[in-house]
Amino acid sequence: MKHDFDVIVIGGGHAGCEAAHAAARMGVTTLLISLRKDDIGVMSCNPAIGGLGKGHLVREIDALDGVMGIAADRSGIQFRLLNRKKGPAVQGPRTQADRRLYKDAMQVVTSERQNLEVLEAEVTDLSVSDNAVSGVILQDGSEISAKTVILTSGTFLRGVIHIGDQSHSGGRMGDKPSIALADRLASFDLRIGRLKTGTPPRIDGRSINWDGLDQQPGDAEPEMFSFLHRAPFARQISCGITHTNEKTHNVIRKNLERSAMYGGHIDGVGPRYCPSIEDKVVRFSDKDSHQIFLEPESLSDHTIYPNGISTSLPVNVQDEYVRSIVGLENAKILQPGYAIEYDYIDPRSLSLTLELNTLPGLYLAGQINGTTGYEEAAAQGMVAGLNAAAMCLGSEPVLFDRSTSYIGVMIDDLTVRGVSEPYRMFTSRAEFRLSLRADNADQRLTEFGRVAGCVSDERWSLYSEKTEKLAEGKDWLERKVASSRQLSESGVKIGVSGPKKSLYEALTIAGTKISDLVGIEPKLGGIEPEIATQLERDAMYAHYIERQRNDVLALRRDADRIIPRNLSYENIVGLSNELRSKLNTAAPSNMAQAARVDGVTPAALMLVLSEIKKLESLSQVS
Amino acid sequence: MDTIFALASAAGKAGVSVIRISGSKSLNIAAQMGAALERHDRKLVKLAGTDGVLIDEAFALSFAPGRSFTGEQVVEFQTHGSIAVVTAVLDQLEVLGLRPAEAGEFTRRAMENGAMDLARVEGLADLIDAETESQRRQAIRVFQGDLGDLAAAWRTKVVRAAALLEATIDFVDEDVPVDVYPEVKSLLSDVADDVVREAEGVAIRERVRDGFEIALIGPPNSGKSTLLNRLAGREAAITSDIAGTTRDVIEVRMDLNGLPITVLDTAGRRNSLDELEQIGIKRGLDRAQAADVRVHLSPTGKFEVSDCKDGLDLFVASKADLFDAQTEFSISAVTGQGVNELLDEIQRFLSTQVASAGVATRKRHQVSLQTAGRALQIVLDSLDDNLVLTDLLVDDLHQAIRALDSLIGRVDVENVLDEIFSSFCIGK
Repeated sequence: MKHDFDVIVIGGGHAGCEAAHAAARMGVTTLLISLRKDDIGVMSCNPAIGGLGKGHLVREIDALDGVMGIAADRSGIQFRLLNRKKGPAVQGPRTQADRRLYKDAMQVVTSERQNLEVLEAEVTDLSVSDNAVSGVILQDGSEISAKTVILTSGTFLRGVIHIGDQSHSGGRMGDKPSIALADRLASFDLRIGRLKTGTPPRIDGRSINWDGLDQQPGDAEPEMFSFLHRAPFARQISCGITHTNEKTHNVIRKNLERSAMYGGHIDGVGPRYCPSIEDKVVRFSDKDSHQIFLEPESLSDHTIYPNGISTSLPVNVQDEYVRSIVGLENAKILQPGYAIEYDYIDPRSLSLTLELNTLPGLYLAGQINGTTGYEEAAAQGMVAGLNAAAMCLGSEPVLFDRSTSYIGVMIDDLTVRGVSEPYRMFTSRAEFRLSLRADNADQRLTEFGRVAGCVSDERWSLYSEKTEKLAEGKDWLERKVASSRQLSESGVKIGVSGPKKSLYEALTIAGTKISDLVGIEPKLGGIEPEIATQLERDAMYAHYIERQRNDVLALRRDADRIIPRNLSYENIVGLSNELRSKLNTAAPSNMAQAARVDGVTPAALMLVLSEIKKLESLSQVS
Repeated sequence: MDTIFALASAAGKAGVSVIRISGSKSLNIAAQMGAALERHDRKLVKLAGTDGVLIDEAFALSFAPGRSFTGEQVVEFQTHGSIAVVTAVLDQLEVLGLRPAEAGEFTRRAMENGAMDLARVEGLADLIDAETESQRRQAIRVFQGDLGDLAAAWRTKVVRAAALLEATIDFVDEDVPVDVYPEVKSLLSDVADDVVREAEGVAIRERVRDGFEIALIGPPNSGKSTLLNRLAGREAAITSDIAGTTRDVIEVRMDLNGLPITVLDTAGRRNSLDELEQIGIKRGLDRAQAADVRVHLSPTGKFEVSDCKDGLDLFVASKADLFDAQTEFSISAVTGQGVNELLDEIQRFLSTQVASAGVATRKRHQVSLQTAGRALQIVLDSLDDNLVLTDLLVDDLHQAIRALDSLIGRVDVENVLDEIFSSFCIGK
């Protein structure tokens, strides 16, 4: 094996895989180092991909020719489009993924990828020369040099696993934590915090009494993640549904102080949106039942993931409360639930490329940045991989914008606002979500990726073909004008006496379908269903997106107003000490980011702006 | 940040004058002038110059950061209100290296340091300008932050409504209330009603701030200027027996039992060949149209116009000392007969106008409130329409929140998520 790479990726989880593939697609030599080769692509928690906000991220990764959507489609065993009854902007694809098939799919694409090598080893240190990262040092003392290094160590940094009052160090059940690397990172004087997350006990499906439990089937017409796929690859299954009851809650209440979390063994902050069953019983004591999804982890074994009862109670208590639940009376626990605490690095130490501000060449992605979720990790891996490669190639950084992608929303949130709990994507985080739909991720990002250099010829030609069809369809709609009477008679909800309208304007009226308009413009009958759907959705949101355009422009204007690195908030007269320290920590790189720093007022922004202008006029004089 | 100073009381001879110093150096400089104070303190001091010569015996107060008007360390000297003493103290402060404050700079610092929001600053400006009791009452409501409190309360409700709708979007698979629409509807209709009512009151509250206008109209020599002078108690308008003496609009500001009024004396209506007088007549009619009250005067009790516009029109026989007319009001500006009854009627009318104790007082408030009201109404109208999608409703709610925020502060997605997390059991 050679000992000199452009990009080295440490960690083979979702962030690491996506980072390595992104860098390799950009055409730079890439090495992926994992503690165990066999762990590449492993799903350590919930065996599902996608969901609201998260499904959008996977679509965006796919639009940039990434691998998560491909592996999810190949392993999906229950596809559902969430929010089918709500607006298309907030519909999120999700699938139950077969754990083994997912890992297999990821390992196949990894072995097939050009420019990408894989090494099984433990990285214990980073080599640094001239204040920049120059490679990694392995446990055996050998060194591999690289222009850039991407660290995606997940929960392995000082990971501690808790089950009741028992605890041991470990990155994931059965794995050892990376203490040497954590110590090394600590020496770089970074702001480090502690978070926690938890998992439920895994149950043997053969010990569950499925009779009488509700079943949740997948969609009749499954929506794939990848723009390249049309139908599932694996056999489709249903998930079971059951509920906790008063008896379950009593068992938990009685043993509360034995839970690692409530017994005071854990300091890390957990996510509010993914509470343990202990949390649910305590915080929502008025509810006498909580829903549990019984999700098969694989077609080829019997492990069931009971989604909704993650816990850090002792093993015997887990047994007792699980068996109080309908259908689980004789359940056999294969692996107890546990809570895990781990270090994360304050993502405000990172630039928009996810490069560490204080150590050029080192990029961080995934849970190490305080996020949770496979999709969030993979999207960051993509950003780090593209940018590490761009740096090696000497090309412009690949920067994502809040107004065009969820990836941009996440990177901006992380690097400007930091995290106070594990960060998960929600559609409500995206202020421009009406234009950031899962179905138009390719229209938003594929060309951007092609310019950056990460999109293959195959995907580019498919995309170009689709784009032409969209343009053609829109052209037909815009050119043809019809009277209100004609439109009304075709089923458009419009008064008969109004002015003439183009068919595209008619399509913006709620409830109008392209099929309604074929009578007026027969050409429209030739539009493929997929293209028609997207045209309808574009039209449906057209007025709202127009209204948001001013906000987007304002955001762009502010984003273009760069805050010089030499600007010192100490010099700004009139800024409170509190805001000064917040701005110093967040180190916003432009005015748009400064505006989003917690607590910043319009008055403070004016002060910052006048300081920028002062600096600019000074530099012009000198 | 540099330390600034200024005379905080009115300039000129007075019983007491107040000199305010704000900034980190204020304690140090006060000590150099003989006023050694703790951070939050008061005492009688002998103020002296750097040469040690006594300037005045004064009362000195200090206000610690966070407990002062500007939010910074503040020192105030209450000196004897002599022009010479004040000048000497101000000179000394400048000699010691402090900077005279620019107009409004103390207040600006208070806002920048978070001691006041924009609405409070506006209230303060009105309070300082208040001349009458109703103006004072209105300004103090705004200054106390009532508008901020109201906007915050509305905002809480709209954020809650947005959170309920967002929860049905982002947590569709989880244990969230199935039907949030009834609560959303009740939250939003409350706010929509309040916001619209508050916006409607802005016009009248602007009047309280700027004064109600009472126009005196009538033919030449009907006694308009005489009445104005009677009201003003001084020779505000030039009165004479020559018709057409009043060519421009003459204004007199008055306090009518706490209500600020401006009485307008307009040029008498007649066909005149004098171009200048015609312009004066036209201008007077325009102002009278827009006035809150029009007092139509006629010596004989006979009126050419009897139509009533917005506001109040009173028809008054104006020369009761000369003619015996049968009208509702009959006054004599010369003797004062009937004038008090006329004023009582005007006051009764204006008092009913200002009865609502609203706090939005400016055009800026009105625009924000109307924008919010419109957005809320769109949502309320579409809640029952299946064709209008939840994500679009939320977008309209964000418009409403932003409009409310422009009254005081700014919005954030974290607020919505906080509301969701504190209310529901999310996570399966």
